[in-house]
Amino acid sequence: MISLRDIHKTYQMGDVLVSALQGVSFSIDKGDFVAIMGPSGSGKSTVMNLIGCLDTPTSGEYVLDGVAVDQLSSNDLALVRGQKLGFIFQQYNLLPRQSALRNVEMPMIYRGVSGAERQRRALAALNLVGMGQRVDHRPNELSGGQQQRVAIARALAGSPSVILADEPTGALDSKTSSEIMELLRRLNQQQGITVVLVTHEHDVAAYAARVLTMRDGQLIGDQRN
Amino acid sequence: MTTLDVHAAPESAPVAADSILFQPIAASSSGFGSLWEVVRISFGSLLANKVRSLLTMLGVIIGVASVVSLLALGNGASASITGEIEAIGTNILTISAGSQNRGPGNATAAQNLTMDDAKAIEALQLPVIGVAPQLNSNAQIVAKSADKNAQIIGITPAFQVVNNLTMQQGSFITDEHLQGANTVIVLGSTLAKDLFGNGQALGQTVRINNQSLRVVGVLTPQGGSAFGSEDDRAYIPITTAQKRLFNARTPDGNGYRVGSITLSAINASDLDALQSRVSMLLRERHHLKLDGSADDFNVINQAEILGTLNTITSMMTLFLAAVAGISLLVGGIGIMNIMLVSVTERTREIGLRKAVGARSHHILMQFVVEAAVLSMTGGMIGLLLGSIIPIVVTQLGVLDAPIDLQTVGVAIGFSLGVGLFFGIYPAQRAAKLNPIDALRHE
Repeated sequence: MISLRDIHKTYQMGDVLVSALQGVSFSIDKGDFVAIMGPSGSGKSTVMNLIGCLDTPTSGEYVLDGVAVDQLSSNDLALVRGQKLGFIFQQYNLLPRQSALRNVEMPMIYRGVSGAERQRRALAALNLVGMGQRVDHRPNELSGGQQQRVAIARALAGSPSVILADEPTGALDSKTSSEIMELLRRLNQQQGITVVLVTHEHDVAAYAARVLTMRDGQLIGDQRN
Repeated sequence: MTTLDVHAAPESAPVAADSILFQPIAASSSGFGSLWEVVRISFGSLLANKVRSLLTMLGVIIGVASVVSLLALGNGASASITGEIEAIGTNILTISAGSQNRGPGNATAAQNLTMDDAKAIEALQLPVIGVAPQLNSNAQIVAKSADKNAQIIGITPAFQVVNNLTMQQGSFITDEHLQGANTVIVLGSTLAKDLFGNGQALGQTVRINNQSLRVVGVLTPQGGSAFGSEDDRAYIPITTAQKRLFNARTPDGNGYRVGSITLSAINASDLDALQSRVSMLLRERHHLKLDGSADDFNVINQAEILGTLNTITSMMTLFLAAVAGISLLVGGIGIMNIMLVSVTERTREIGLRKAVGARSHHILMQFVVEAAVLSMTGGMIGLLLGSIIPIVVTQLGVLDAPIDLQTVGVAIGFSLGVGLFFGIYPAQRAAKLNPIDALRHE
């Protein structure tokens, strides 16, 4: 599903070249549940941006679901993101003035999905995450955990190949955190959805089937729970 | 859009394929298929910020309203002036003594248009309704119980035909009066009222320069014109003016001066030809050389005056509209300003939309449409507000100021243009945002 080979990423910061990734290689199979861990500055966010097709590597190969995406233009990357990826963010990033339903429908607008089909899929996704009773609520009428469930529904609705979660519980209390992680584990185990998440919390990483550990731009650990 | 095949080599079917979520999405992601949705998003965000949207539109509203009302009023005023001139007649040539090159100090040297010139023009048998020489002077008219300073115009009977004058009482100056240089006078309606009140003017006597003149007619009211009221004037035979009242003998003593000669063409299209024929005759009679020496007379072509006035009024209208256009421009800058603020405020939203699959043209479109909707709506409101003044003015009968389709088109076209022009730059900034940075934006 995901295959990274000898990925290097170098940033220009002022006059200094910062080497964020120094030859990272790993593969993630379909249906896997992977946590990427590491202290800040370890390069885990950079890996996440690359996997999420938000950025391209300086060198190396990246194949996502059969498509070589390492050298695509930014518009083609957007196309890949829309069709193959679902994003979950720490801050939920819901549109504040739109209902939960409209929020979940939103990414499919850019794929040209018809209104009826969008609504059908959005309702199914909201039901799947347990938000079927609150489709007309706006984000400010929902708790943090509920907002994150809507965000998960948004990620699910377009049938992505992979769901990418960037610190999905970072803004939640521990009880809600475990509810969200249970939801992600259930989606992974029952629906067979591939999940990749970035976290620096061991409790959170414990939900994953496989943990990749990063330090100083290199992969230093790869273990199955 | 792209030849990228994102469905290449899909892996094995998902585990729980019964869910609708695992059916492939049957939709094309190409082109502007989602344009309507993008337009809806734009409307949504404008409605979410009603007060700001309204304030942003205000500049365009004021701009378009002033363009619309000024264009309508300007066109109305122009039509009204043209109408008045056309009422006087667009087929009139007026020849007056003196040349355009002479300063006012030389006026006496130019008193050389004579009765004989008028007779010579008449002898040409031109296609005219009449040739009407006249001699104007101001004098005190003294009646029994009132007196008034008025313009006394010495004329021939042709004057009545040329100027379409009709009689309220009595008759106009006749050929007999002219030949006999009779002491008779025809009064304008207002002048008759001023001198005789509501009493009978016909048959009464007035005195001018110690000459008694008998009132033989009173004109029907002609109404005001751009050049003062015709109803304040008095008309006498030109011969009477020349010989008895104002001593208009030429310096050489062989003839009598006239102030001007008016020709009324049968066809307005003949005016230019008439003008050159008459000019040629007069130059010949006045012994002016063909070497380009200046005319010692002046020909005013009514059609030319109309053209000049039209040019002036349309320039005034354009000038006013340009001033109004500046406020439209300022309105456009206001839109750009707010759109830039909006892009900055919504950086995270833009980042999110791009992260979940919006391409640059989607974002560009969203913000351009927002700007265009703002300015178009402003334009419509401005059009409605701007129509109020011309409609009220027309209803009150002050001026007929119709709002034509052209004005509507200009208003809407301009406001759309302003929106697109000033919306492009903020929209491009939004479309160029990098999703990673935009999502991190606080």
